[in-house]
Amino acid sequence: MKLVTAVIKPHKWEDVREALETFGVTGMTVSEVSGYGRQKGHTEVYRGAEYDIALVPKIRIEIVVDDADTEDIVGIITKTAQTGRIGDGKVWVSPIDTVIRVRTGDKDSAAL
Amino acid sequence: MDGYYAFMLVAATLVLMMTVPALALFYGGMSRSKSVLNMMMMSFGALAVVAIVYVLWGWSMSYSAGAGDDVAGLFANPFTLFGLDDVDPGSYVFVAFQMTFAVITAALISGAVADRVRFSSWMVFVPLWVTLSYFPLAHMVWGGGFLSPLNENGLSAILFGFEDGLAKVVPQDYAGGTVVHINAGVAGLVLVLLIGRRLGFGKEPMKPHNLTLTMIGAGLLWFGWFGFNVGSIVFVEGDGGEKDIAQFMSETGVTWINTTIATSAAMLAWLLVEKIRDGKGTSLGAASGIVAGLVAITPACGAVDVYGAIAIGAAAGALCALAVGLKYRFGYDDSLDVVGVHLVGGIVGTVMIGFVSSGSAPGGIDGLLYGGGAEPLVVQVLTALVAIAWSAVATLAVGLLIKATLGWRITDEDEAEGIDFVEHGESAYDLGTGGGARRSSVLQGSTASEGARA
Repeated sequence: MKLVTAVIKPHKWEDVREALETFGVTGMTVSEVSGYGRQKGHTEVYRGAEYDIALVPKIRIEIVVDDADTEDIVGIITKTAQTGRIGDGKVWVSPIDTVIRVRTGDKDSAAL
Repeated sequence: MDGYYAFMLVAATLVLMMTVPALALFYGGMSRSKSVLNMMMMSFGALAVVAIVYVLWGWSMSYSAGAGDDVAGLFANPFTLFGLDDVDPGSYVFVAFQMTFAVITAALISGAVADRVRFSSWMVFVPLWVTLSYFPLAHMVWGGGFLSPLNENGLSAILFGFEDGLAKVVPQDYAGGTVVHINAGVAGLVLVLLIGRRLGFGKEPMKPHNLTLTMIGAGLLWFGWFGFNVGSIVFVEGDGGEKDIAQFMSETGVTWINTTIATSAAMLAWLLVEKIRDGKGTSLGAASGIVAGLVAITPACGAVDVYGAIAIGAAAGALCALAVGLKYRFGYDDSLDVVGVHLVGGIVGTVMIGFVSSGSAPGGIDGLLYGGGAEPLVVQVLTALVAIAWSAVATLAVGLLIKATLGWRITDEDEAEGIDFVEHGESAYDLGTGGGARRSSVLQGSTASEGARA
C-alpha cells in the first residue's frame, strides 16, 4: 500500500475530488494548508505600505491506496490539477506498512 | 424657525453617529484582529465620558458669554453654566450639537495610538484633553475668543482692524478645520511621539484586518458629515425672521453640495495617486480619500464655490495620500494615520480657504485667487498655526501627566498577546470554534491558537 499526498491549488480541489470519485476512490483526508515553492507569495499595498505575503493557500489531499492503483491515481491528480502555470503543486508517494479500520479491525487492503 | 430646530436635532444625532458606530467601524476595520475591540471601545468610551463632561463644564467653558466670563480670549468660565445651570432648555439642541463635536474630536485621536494604550489611561486622558485643548479652541474660534472675527482683541482684528463688531478680514472655519481636525491631528502626533511605536512597527505586517468594516465606517462618516457641516450654519441676524429663513434656505444647499463634491474629488485624487504610484486603486484608498476630503472641506464648506470645493477636495486627497507614507520615513507610528489625514487635511482646508474663498459663497470673502488679496490667506495660516501650537502644548501637558502617573503602555508581552484579550478579556472573532457550538470546535480551537502564537 501507498500513501499518496498531493498539494494542489484550492480552485482545482473540486475537479480532483470528482475525478478520483469517478475512478473509485471512496475516501480521503483533506486539509487547508499554506506554504510556498517556486510560486512565492505576493505583495499587497495598504495606504502605500507594501506587505509581502509569503505563504500561498493550498489544499493537501492524503489517500491510502493499493499498490496497483497508485500510478492511476497519481496520474488522475496530476492531470486534473494541472493548469500549466507556476504554483500547481506537488504529488508524492510514500510506502505504508499497515492500515487498520478502527470500527472493525480489518487490516490492509480490506481496510481501504 | 421650527423647521430649523427639527433639523438641528437631526444634525446633532447624525454627528453622534459619526463617532459611534462610524468612526469605530472605520478605525476598527483598519486595526489588527487582535485589537479591533479595543480600537472600537476607545470611540465608545470617548463618547460616554465627553458627553458627561460636556454638560458639566464643557459648554460653559466654550460658550458662556456673560460679563467677565471670557479669560484672555482663550477660554470661558467653566463654572458659570456648570451642569447647564441657567441654560434655557430651548437651547439644549445647540449644546447637543456642540457636544457631539467634542466627542468625535477626542475619539479621532485614538487611531494614532492603536493597539498599545491602557484603556483606563485613555479614559482619564480624554476628559483632561477636551478640557485643556478642545474647549479652549472651541471658545477661541466659535465662542468669541482670540481666533473669532467677533473679538476686537482677536488675531485678525489686531492685524487688519475691526469695525462694526467684526474683524475686517474674517477668519473662516465653518465646521471645525482647526477646532476638530488640526486639533485632533496635532494631539495624535504629540501622543505618538510621547508613547512610542508599536512592537514590531515597520517589521511585522500590521495590515487592516477587515476593510469591509472600514468601507461601512467611511460611508457612515460621509452620511453623518452632512449633520456636521450643514448643521454648522450660523445666522447673520439670528432673530428667526425672514432674513434668517432666506439664509437657511440658500446656505444649507451650498454647504451640502460643497461637502459632497469635495469628498468625491478627494476620493478620485487618492485613487489616482495609488493608480500611478502602485498600479492599483484600493478600497482603503477610497475610504481614506473620502475622509480626507470631508476633513478638508469642513472649514471651507461655507467659504467656497463649486470650483473651490473641487480644488480643495482634490488637493486634500492627493496630499493626504502622499502624507500617510511619511510615518515610515520618519519612524513615528501614527498607526491609523490621524496625522496624515486629519492634520494634513485640516491644514489643507484651512489654508486653501485663503486662496479659493469666493465672494459668491455664504462667507462672502474673496481669497487670493479670486482677487481678494493676501490678507485672508495670512489670517487663515496664522489661525492654523495658533491652533497647532495650542493643541501641541495642551496635549503635551496632559500626555506627560498621564505618563508620569498611570502610564500609557500595556506591557510588551501583553501587546504581543493582543490588547483585546488583555484589556477587555474578549476576542472579537470566534470563527475557528463557532462560539463552541460546532462539534469540531476542540480541534479547530487548538489549531487556531497555535497559529496565532507562532
